[in-house]
Amino acid sequence: MSVDYVLFGGLALVTILSALGMLFSRNAVYSALYLIFNFSTIAVLYLMLSAPFIALAQITVYAGAIMVLFLFVIMLLGAEQRGQAVRTWWMQPLALGLAGILIFEAIYLIFTHRTSFPPLRQAVGDLGNPLQIGEQLFSNYLLAFEAVALLLLVAVIGAIFLSRGRKLR
Amino acid sequence: MSEYLPLVVLFILSTLVAAIAVALGHLFGPRRPTERKLQPYESGMTPFGPGTRRMPVRFYLVAVLFILFDIEVVFFIPWAVVYRKLGLFGFVEMLLFAGILEIAFVYAWKKGALEWE
Amino acid sequence: MDWASLAEWTLKSFALIFALLGGFAYLTLFERKLIARFQVRIGPNRAGPFGLLQPVADGIKLIFKEELIPAQADKIIFILAPIITVVPALVIMAVVPFGPPIQLFGRTISLQIIDLNVGVLYIMAIASVSVYGIVLAGWSSNNKYATLGGIRSSAQMISYELALGLAFTGPVLLTSSLSLAEIVEAQRHIWFVLYQPVGAFIFWISTLAEVNRAPFDMPEAEQELTAGYHTEYSGMKFALFFMAEYIKMIAVSAIAVTLFFGGYRGPFVDQVPLLGPIYFLLKVVGFLFLMVWVRATLPRIRYDRLMAFGWKVLFSLALGNAMLTALGVLLADMFQNSLWLWSIPVTTIAFFLLVAYLMRGSIAGGNR
Repeated sequence: MSVDYVLFGGLALVTILSALGMLFSRNAVYSALYLIFNFSTIAVLYLMLSAPFIALAQITVYAGAIMVLFLFVIMLLGAEQRGQAVRTWWMQPLALGLAGILIFEAIYLIFTHRTSFPPLRQAVGDLGNPLQIGEQLFSNYLLAFEAVALLLLVAVIGAIFLSRGRKLR
Repeated sequence: MSEYLPLVVLFILSTLVAAIAVALGHLFGPRRPTERKLQPYESGMTPFGPGTRRMPVRFYLVAVLFILFDIEVVFFIPWAVVYRKLGLFGFVEMLLFAGILEIAFVYAWKKGALEWE
Repeated sequence: MDWASLAEWTLKSFALIFALLGGFAYLTLFERKLIARFQVRIGPNRAGPFGLLQPVADGIKLIFKEELIPAQADKIIFILAPIITVVPALVIMAVVPFGPPIQLFGRTISLQIIDLNVGVLYIMAIASVSVYGIVLAGWSSNNKYATLGGIRSSAQMISYELALGLAFTGPVLLTSSLSLAEIVEAQRHIWFVLYQPVGAFIFWISTLAEVNRAPFDMPEAEQELTAGYHTEYSGMKFALFFMAEYIKMIAVSAIAVTLFFGGYRGPFVDQVPLLGPIYFLLKVVGFLFLMVWVRATLPRIRYDRLMAFGWKVLFSLALGNAMLTALGVLLADMFQNSLWLWSIPVTTIAFFLLVAYLMRGSIAGGNR
């Protein structure tokens, strides 16, 4: 146990609280703000695990790009004020059940695989160096890298198809 | 973590400076609100309709396309760092990657998704 | 963690923040004076000699102004939005080196807040977050012009961010590093603008759009939007938006200088380290002058053309520039001869002319 773990715990608490804030906000714009904050704290967690590249990519793509889309969609629909949501009887039990399984899984993994608490840096290694990310990407994960391009192509076609109103050719 | 502490210090101080600036205005500015003053400003016309209303779907399309091409740009960065080690192989790989996305770009262009009406 | 380092970081952070605040104050005067000269006027000259105390007078006036919060506004976000706008502007320069390391009190002090090995990505990340202040300011005002202005300018910012991100790849390809200190060091003999003329051009255009400067100042299109996202803001909160815009002007100029114009490098910097910050400042002022000149000269671009230009012309150019730069670097490495690097300006300028030829009329001339 070291200072790192105390910081990690505190930050994890902030992350969870912001996620809860996102869930329980009545105004959709506030939910989006909590989610941006949540993504940023997760980026800081990556930084603590000495993965600066992933941390900053997280901020650029999630906090910077995807949340802009969320805010646009909220404003697009004028959906800030929560109307009467459609509720189905099985939604809450199902969500609670899934959450329970997830928590159990996490606790099980912690207590079976972690007997000691090494410094965080040792636990993770030097994964976040941009040079290593690049080398891994262009050797072991080459297929995945090219598959990303195809996936993005499909996504572009899908997005254009869905938003095709009257006017697009 | 410790190597990022200077950044943490800068973030905290910047937020403080910004918050103090807002607080200064609150402390020293007079406050004489009237009903008219607190209405939305529409160049002197009497405001009508709700303040926030639905936005055109164009903005949504721009944001989606931005995410997809932003991911492409983020992949360019680690590639550029290791490029001199990879040589010809890296060039061909990126040509393939960017080529596939170029198809997406041309598709978006031809479908008129980049036009603004 | 030792206290001496903490003191050093705090002092350096304060130095950066106050340099930016002072820079903001005098940049407004610089701009007003210059614009006045362009329009054959004299400009502010009453407060102090040559109007030098004008920014102080403006600041005091703004503090004592009445502030309004519209009755229908979302009060929390309305107050938070200016802060969310200013903080990214203040922290984006953390990775930019202002000069070579200097010796002071027996410590080696680097003139940089932090030398991240992912510095370029840090700049991209902070730039992408700086959209929120504007969207939120527009939305929370509950004013239709403000909301539309906020969404418009954020759509503009994200569109130009793509070309901006791709413009970074040029210097990174040439140095194989994301650290700005190393990028400056690699420009010891030759500025990257010579290898990357088109890249520097793309970078500069897209930063103009990124900081909402003329001719891309959509949020301030007063004929269409009264005043855009800050219509409802007054007093200090309005001043903060103003401040963010001007600090971002300084920041993007500093980043452009670092990436393409040798940063603090110049003659005799190795012998006299203190010359570094002076060169840096002079280069930044040169860029700021260019920005003011553009504002004085060019009319505002219509919104549909602005978006079409960003997506069609600038993004294609940036992609072509990145790939052609990669080709030049590849040739130089394969033939072990750095003369091949000079193929980059040749091919990219040829590509630039080709794109300009193909696009003629489709952006500026015709309707679409």
